[in-house]
Amino acid sequence: MNSMPDVTDPFAGERLKESPFHPRQAALNLRDAWSSWNGYKFADYYYDEEYEYFCIRNSCATYDICPMQKYILSGPDAEAMLNRMVTRDITKLKENRVTYVCWCTDEGRLIDDGTIFKLGADRFLLTCGSPSLAWLRKSAFGFNQLHITDMSDDIAALSLQGPTSCEVLKKMGLQGIENLKPFCISHFPFAGSEDTPLMVSRTGFTGDLGYELWISPDLALEFWDALYRAGENYGIQPYGESATNMARLEAGFIMPGMEFNEALKTIHFQYDQTPFELSLDWLVDFKKPHFNGRNALLKERDQGAEYTLVKLDIEGNKPAEESFLYADEDCSKEIGYVTSAMWSPVVKANIALAMVKTSALKSTIWAEIYYSKELRHHSKVAKCTLQKKPFWAPERARATPPAAF
Amino acid sequence: MQTYDNIIIGGGHNGLICATYLAQKGQSVLLLEATDGLGGLATTREFYPGFRAPVAHSLSHFSETVVEQLNLLKHGYTPSSEVLDTIGLNLNGEHVVVSGEHISGVNKADQQTYADYLVLLKRFAKMLKPFWLKTMPRIGDNSFPDLMTFGQLGLKLRLLGKKDMGEFMRVATLPARDLMDENFDNDILKAVLSWDGLIGSKMAPRSPNATVLNMLYRMSGKHHGAHSLPEGGIQNLISALHNAALDAGVTVKTGALVKRIVIKGSSSGLAATGVELADGTLISSARVVSSADPKQTFLNLVGANNLEIGFTNRINRLRCDGYVAKLHLALDGAPKFTGLKNPNGRMIIAPKLDAIEFAFDDAKYGEYSKSPVMEIIIPSMVDNLLAPKGQQVLSAHVMYVPHKLKGGWTDEARQNLYQRLIDTLESYAPGIRQQIIHGEILTPADLEQTYHLTGGHWHHAELSMDQMLMMRPTYEAAQYSTPIPGLYLCGAGSHPGGGLMGGPGHNAAKEIIGAKKEL
Repeated sequence: MNSMPDVTDPFAGERLKESPFHPRQAALNLRDAWSSWNGYKFADYYYDEEYEYFCIRNSCATYDICPMQKYILSGPDAEAMLNRMVTRDITKLKENRVTYVCWCTDEGRLIDDGTIFKLGADRFLLTCGSPSLAWLRKSAFGFNQLHITDMSDDIAALSLQGPTSCEVLKKMGLQGIENLKPFCISHFPFAGSEDTPLMVSRTGFTGDLGYELWISPDLALEFWDALYRAGENYGIQPYGESATNMARLEAGFIMPGMEFNEALKTIHFQYDQTPFELSLDWLVDFKKPHFNGRNALLKERDQGAEYTLVKLDIEGNKPAEESFLYADEDCSKEIGYVTSAMWSPVVKANIALAMVKTSALKSTIWAEIYYSKELRHHSKVAKCTLQKKPFWAPERARATPPAAF
Repeated sequence: MQTYDNIIIGGGHNGLICATYLAQKGQSVLLLEATDGLGGLATTREFYPGFRAPVAHSLSHFSETVVEQLNLLKHGYTPSSEVLDTIGLNLNGEHVVVSGEHISGVNKADQQTYADYLVLLKRFAKMLKPFWLKTMPRIGDNSFPDLMTFGQLGLKLRLLGKKDMGEFMRVATLPARDLMDENFDNDILKAVLSWDGLIGSKMAPRSPNATVLNMLYRMSGKHHGAHSLPEGGIQNLISALHNAALDAGVTVKTGALVKRIVIKGSSSGLAATGVELADGTLISSARVVSSADPKQTFLNLVGANNLEIGFTNRINRLRCDGYVAKLHLALDGAPKFTGLKNPNGRMIIAPKLDAIEFAFDDAKYGEYSKSPVMEIIIPSMVDNLLAPKGQQVLSAHVMYVPHKLKGGWTDEARQNLYQRLIDTLESYAPGIRQQIIHGEILTPADLEQTYHLTGGHWHHAELSMDQMLMMRPTYEAAQYSTPIPGLYLCGAGSHPGGGLMGGPGHNAAKEIIGAKKEL
């Protein structure tokens, strides 16, 4: 954990915070490949991004989600406040369930996405990628029986993802974990004591079988050791940002700074996105009489979004990173741009997420791909095929109980 | 359950005016007033047995269009052809008297400058006048009527000629102090001429903002900004408005406090469908039109849960703290102001611009002024029903008295303020202390309580550039309609704003009638 800032350090306060799992992660970060997330020192990768990616898909791997923002909203008004803020109807959310949500400005532009955990009738945990307290406070105005606590530094969390993840938790002694269904929450006594609960949710950002594990920061290292002991023969390995990005793209999940620009941080007019543009229509529940941005979104639903986020299967094997998209092979009519692209090892396809003008979706889409081969630059034009379903959605991600190993 | 086309919340003059226009179009209208009297701040109420006064004690810019269109003369309105002199009181009795286009008590140069000054201001006021009775264009909307309004404003500005147009642009947001120093020498004159641009606002002579625009707004009346009182006082106007409303078929209920606006939600969204009264009665209507202030309407009656987050926070950030207190004195005879034959004008105690400025300085840090400035009239001299025979009522607007007093409005604080006001009056009208039968002070906090008026602000929301025109009270609610279908605004918190003017009520009714036609 962090010690008091060194008063002799002229950069005290500027230095990155260390996650409660840092000592163990630092020991395993063979490449010292650190970047940062929300002020925390954060691994891009530990050893090799592709290796870590394959651990997610073939064994299991842990991702430090301590830097993720976590807010507890409690009180009789908590549900009403959240229900007005997000586009989904969370009055339908049952206790000990998790739901994926997004929230918008009055103008219907996406501020952020995240998950809501219903911990009790009047108690919710909201998690998201960026600090959101200012917007939560604005959203809370007028809801007096509500308490918001920023728990970001007070809950340690690890995401354990991959086919052997359930087995590892079983080995750790989490009885009945195999019966936990996707988007459900369960609590287990950690280290044999009810006083030190471990919360487990069957959630994640990889599209695979996986769990997120929530525990008090002071138990973080003890918990890590127990988990890694249990996972020893199941290929457990920490993974960083790079492998996350590969896995989430295969699953078709959007990423801030890639697919969308957070509305509250957007300067240029409409350089942010709406849920419709991001193909998050299914998150917008117009049966709900009121939620923030409803009028603007209703208008957009009726008029149609200018752009639509699509999944592309691109011919060849050159990732279409930062490519422009065209309606013709001559690249004369520009219709969009790629937001994320990769060669997917598990699907064995050249995949991408892309923003395409809705009006151009019916025609053939061509990507102009730039790539380099041993320092020489090349370009090619590749045909793209729209793909409706996620590139990667294995049966095991939903199977309950998951296969034993 | 009975259903109306319109429920109007609030029986102030704007509520009455809006109700009457709608009823004249054949719509059914129920007007609900929380207090027992009509007129809002212009209600004439008994503050001591036999002595009565309204908070709003004179007229300066009541809309002639409204008088004409609602046939108020037929309904008993008797506007005065005479204007009240504005008298800048001087301790030594050498007062400055502004009497229409003439002034006395100042040097020749000031007199001459005043004539030119008035000509220019009247030109500006005339140019702006049509826009007070127009719905302001929506920001970012390019509909034809909106573009027309912009075009007209541009054209009117251009028609002033190059020099005057430039001059208008220069002075419109000038601090009053700059405009006065540039034109006049006499300290009292400067203070008196600034007064109407400042009163009711959290602004002082050195505040740049909308002081000059406010002066021009008040100059839109019949007498170009000079104050007057109808025969029978303010009550005469309110009675005429009441009669006009009844004649048009408006159902008027007083003592009916609205607890909330009923918002129904369905898969087609939210809509205002009626109101619930404090006693639990539910009344339904196709439209709810609120003349209550925007904070009261949106935050208390509608509720944040029914509004958008950004919008709610903009409403919450509206500046609505009142800075004017009201003093009512029951006197056993006419007060004798040093050097004044007859106190039948509008008397201002503000010996110089800095007197106003310093009074403001105290208030902006949460204290009432050490040396308060005030505007006094003796309304019982025009309306003898206000006081028993031979006795008089003194009515004074006192600046600057903060809504939120440091330490709160305790009995002691009120008593101290009252004594300070009487001391001030005593120095201008020696002996007045002995004439007092009874006195009351209404702080902005009292006005808030009595009249259900957020912050006790005269104009419901500060009349400043950021809260005026198409920003009043805030964008998305500045065209009388609101983000909630079926809910409209018609009070002083909407364009053109406050004072006994009638613009918001008139404009809102026009919007509602227009919107109905489009359906």
